[in-house]
Formats: sequence, structure tokens, C-alpha cells
Amino acid sequence: MQKSLLIDADKCTGCLQCEMACSVSAEGSFNPSKSRIKIFPFHDEGVFVPYTCTQCDEAWCLHACPVEAIQLNKETGAKEVINDLCVGCKVCTISCPFGTINYNADSGKVIKCDLCGGDPECAKACPTDAITYVDANWTGYDKMKASAAKAIPGQPAS
Amino acid sequence: MHHVIIGAGPAGVVAAETLRKADPSAKITILGKEKEPPYSRMAIPYKLKGKIEEEGMYLRHDTEHFKALDIDIRQVNVDKINSDSKTVDLSDGSQQGYDKLLIATGATPLTPPVKGMELPGVHKSWTMDDMRGIESLATKGAKVVQIGAGFIACTNMEGIVARGVELTIVEMEDRMVPRMMDEIAGNMIKDWCIDQGVNVLTNGMVTSIEESSNGASRYQVTVKQKGAVAAAEPVAEAKESGGILSAIKDALFGGGSAVPETAPVSDEVKLDADLVIVATGVRANTGFLEGTDIAVDQGILINENMETSVADIYAAGDCAQGKDFSTGQQEVHAIQPVAVEHGRFAAQNMLGRSVENPGSLNMNVLDAVGLISCSYGLWMGVEGGDSVKVVEKDMWRYLNLQFDGDVLVGSTAIGTAQHMGAMRGLIQMRVNLGEWKSILMEEPTRVMEAYLALTQSTVIK
Repeated sequence: MQKSLLIDADKCTGCLQCEMACSVSAEGSFNPSKSRIKIFPFHDEGVFVPYTCTQCDEAWCLHACPVEAIQLNKETGAKEVINDLCVGCKVCTISCPFGTINYNADSGKVIKCDLCGGDPECAKACPTDAITYVDANWTGYDKMKASAAKAIPGQPAS
Repeated sequence: MHHVIIGAGPAGVVAAETLRKADPSAKITILGKEKEPPYSRMAIPYKLKGKIEEEGMYLRHDTEHFKALDIDIRQVNVDKINSDSKTVDLSDGSQQGYDKLLIATGATPLTPPVKGMELPGVHKSWTMDDMRGIESLATKGAKVVQIGAGFIACTNMEGIVARGVELTIVEMEDRMVPRMMDEIAGNMIKDWCIDQGVNVLTNGMVTSIEESSNGASRYQVTVKQKGAVAAAEPVAEAKESGGILSAIKDALFGGGSAVPETAPVSDEVKLDADLVIVATGVRANTGFLEGTDIAVDQGILINENMETSVADIYAAGDCAQGKDFSTGQQEVHAIQPVAVEHGRFAAQNMLGRSVENPGSLNMNVLDAVGLISCSYGLWMGVEGGDSVKVVEKDMWRYLNLQFDGDVLVGSTAIGTAQHMGAMRGLIQMRVNLGEWKSILMEEPTRVMEAYLALTQSTVIK
């Protein structure tokens, strides 16, 4: 059973522990700007929204890559950036209609959530269970992915 | 069933793989004219920069990939399509039959009608061979003139500059990347490049490339500047931010500090060059279709099922002129993501499944020696539509949103590489922005918030 991140914005306090855990694990520094998960504050509503890649089936980033630098991890279902192959052309960053793959100017490569190989640090760091890592068919992500996929034309089944 | 694909670029390769996935027994043949394994032209700047080896440019890295998928790649040129007999004539004198044919022949760089284009130190920037030619001449300290400041030319700059050359860019239009950036953005990119030590001559047309006798370089490139008043040292002048422009302005409005009193009024500039790179746009490869019934305009005309005007013949990628998502008209979108989408749609339809392409969205992302920009869809706006922009010249940042009613239809962004794709999401989902329209008109940089609030309703109640 593949698992995915379940995000419950109602439980998010905006503490940014997930961003810290992600950046230190992925980049070796406590630097939220390098985090693959982002907390978006909605100050008027007093809401914090954790947001990251849903590892969507359409895999816009993977298909757009001209040099096969984004590949499917068959165990976790994550679409992973292969650093040795990424040339930093950024085509994936404009192809992903969710805006969840970004360019890191320091490394000259793109970065995205890879589910930490199946043990996501953000979920472990979250003190309020706003981010959990659960069986994929529980998450509501399927619903989110389905609605997004329906609304965005352009990708036939591969 | 025998699927024959002409062209081994991204559209052709992705189509072949998609066909194989759905039909394990079909015969699949790719006819490509270049000797290398399928590779990405987009990767050329990164090879020039030394970031990758040639193998890093390959579309697929497993050397057994195509063999394992039983996709036969033949290095041969296609001279002619005979749709009556369902065969193609090949350059080796043989014929190849097909059941379904996909034309994915890509594009060819244009050759401007300029004297000296045949000289050995003049290179296009399109194929692996071109790239090797540039590599051999773009050595440290070499003087390089690049004709054109379009997308390919600008992407190239980074790779060329990293080789330690002295680079001058000559562009006919009034700004850089004129076909994907508006005036503000194109000039911001120009100023940035000048700041990075690149000489930029806009409104300039190269009129000749000649062997040089002055000993300073191999060639001399003559540039005519449209209506410009050039100073005595035009290249040095251009190094100052807005040098040429301010010179024009001063000439028109009676200023004068930027133009030395002794400067002759001249519209001709001579540039030294050891290497000239020609990047003045591309044209769809359709020449071999002359005399067939396959309808061609700017590219091969295709319907939503990727079919040409002739039965069982499809087209995809840079050579195809298919539906534009934004306008509904048929346009050539010679860009990587569209090539891949086209390849997948074409394969589905070649398999006999009627899968309609809802139209491809024009989009570009550019890294001009470190300044990142992107544009989407109708970035130039629509008649009667609202628009909003934020210009932060000192921060090298720019954002421009274009609306049709309360729907985002185009955008331009400079100086950010974060969450850019969300703009594609908003545009291509045709999201009604509702109250967010007025929020964005006030604060356009909140576009990611608008995206989250409007599309991620399962996370935001």
C-alpha cells in the first residue's frame, strides 16, 4: 500500500517546524526557503496552509523534463529529481500546474518533495498532526488530485 | 500495425514510448537524421557551461532503453511521403511502409540573408554538431557576437558567458526576447545582461560578416542600428545601462550628456568576432511535404486529434501547428512541454482512441545569465481585459497579470522561481477569480494565495 501526505490545514499553527525539518534533511541547513513543503499564511482568516507536491499521477514535471531527470520511485510513488541528471532548465517549474517544483539557484537544480524516500521528515516534525503520512486512499488527496486533473486539460493517460 | 515516426526529438520519442506502452506487439520505427542517440536541444547551454557531458543531453540515459522497448531507431532522412501507397522514400534509396505515420520533424534555425553566413566561424546553435563547433571556438577571451536575442539566444548566453568569452548580442527589435516578453520585461533583461558584462545592441541588424584584417580578431561584423545615433565607441556606450537608448532619447529631446560632442552621427557599428552565433529563430521542417496533400501554414496543420489533412498521418511538436489553448486558433508552439504533450496525444490517436487535445498553452522560462523570467499564455493581454503590474527595477523584479473578465489569461514574471507553475494552474483551469480578482488588482504578488484559496478547497475551507 502506497502512502501519501495527509494535510489538515485546520490543525496547522504555522510553527514552520515542517519547513525546518525538510530543509535540514534535504539541504543540510535550517532554511525555510529551501524547504519542499511551504506554509502559506492567510492572515485575514487566521489560517495556515501547508502545501507541497501531491505526487500526482499526471506527473507534469516528469513528462516535461527534457533529460529524464525526474523519475518515478516505484516503491513510494514519489516523483524524484535525479540531481546528477538535472541541468537546471526549469521547464518543470512552469509545467507543474500546482507550482510545487521550484528552482534552487544555489545548486542550479530544481527541488521538490520526494517523500524522503518513504519516511517524510515534515510529518515527523509536525507537533499537531496537521501533516501525517498515511495510506494513500485515505487522504482526500485523491479527491484533490482528481478535481485538479479534471479541471486542467492536457494530459491523456500515458 | 506498423507505426512510423519521422523525427527523434522529444515529440517522436514520447509518441513511440506511449505507443509501446499501450500496444506491446505493434512495430514501431523512428526515422531520425542525426547520428547521435535522441537528445535534447534544450540541454545545449548546459553542455556549453560544462555542467554536463554530451551523454547528459540524451533524452533517455539507459543505453538499452529503445532496444528494450523494441523501438527501432534508424539514422536516415525522409525525402518524400507517398500517402497513396502509404510509404515514405528514404535517403538511402529504399522505401518504408507504414500503417500510421507521425511527422515530428521539428524545426530548423533560420539563416538571415547576411553576407558571410557560410564562413567557418559562423555557427547556428541547434544541433549537437553546432554545439561542438561553438565549443571549439568559444574559448577564454574569445570575442563572440551572437545574432538574435530570442529565447534560444538568451538561454545560450549563460553557457557562452561561463566560458569566459567577450559576448556581444545584436537584436533587431527594441528589447530582448521580444516574442515572449513585453517592453518593460525585455528591457529589464537587457539591462541585467549589460550589468553582467554582456554588450547588448538592440535595434541592430547585422549586415555582413567579413574576414578581418585588423589583427584583433578573425572576423568583423557590421551592424546597422535602426534610427539610432551611435557614439564613437558604441560597444563601450552600450555597457552603460540604457546607453544606446539614452543616446537616442537625448538626440530626440535635445539632451546631450550621453553623446560626446565629437561623436560622429553614424548608424554603423563594427564588431570584432572570433565566433559568430546565429540564433534568429526557427521554422518548422515542412519542406519535404511539398507536392503532397498535407496542408501546411506556419507548420503542419493538425486538428484536435493531431491528424493532418491526410488520413493516417499525424503531426506533433515544433513542426505542427495545432490548437492554442488561449485563442483556439492554430499556432506553432515550438517549446519542450508542448512537444511532449503533442507526442502523447498523437500516440493515443494513432492507437485509434479519439483523444482530443484541448489546446496547448504557450509558456516559456528563461534564465538570462542568472535573471529568471517566465511568461504564460496571453502575456500581451486581451482587448477589454484588465491588467496589473508591479515593476521593481532596483530589485530586478517584475510581475504582470492579464485578465479576461475575472479569469487570468496570461502573465509575465521576472526575478522569482518560486511556485511559478501555479499561474499555469490558474490560467489552464480557467479559474473564476471572483473576489480574488480585485485583491490581485491591488496586490498581484498574492497570486499563489489566490491559487491556493481557489483551487485547494479541500485544504482551505
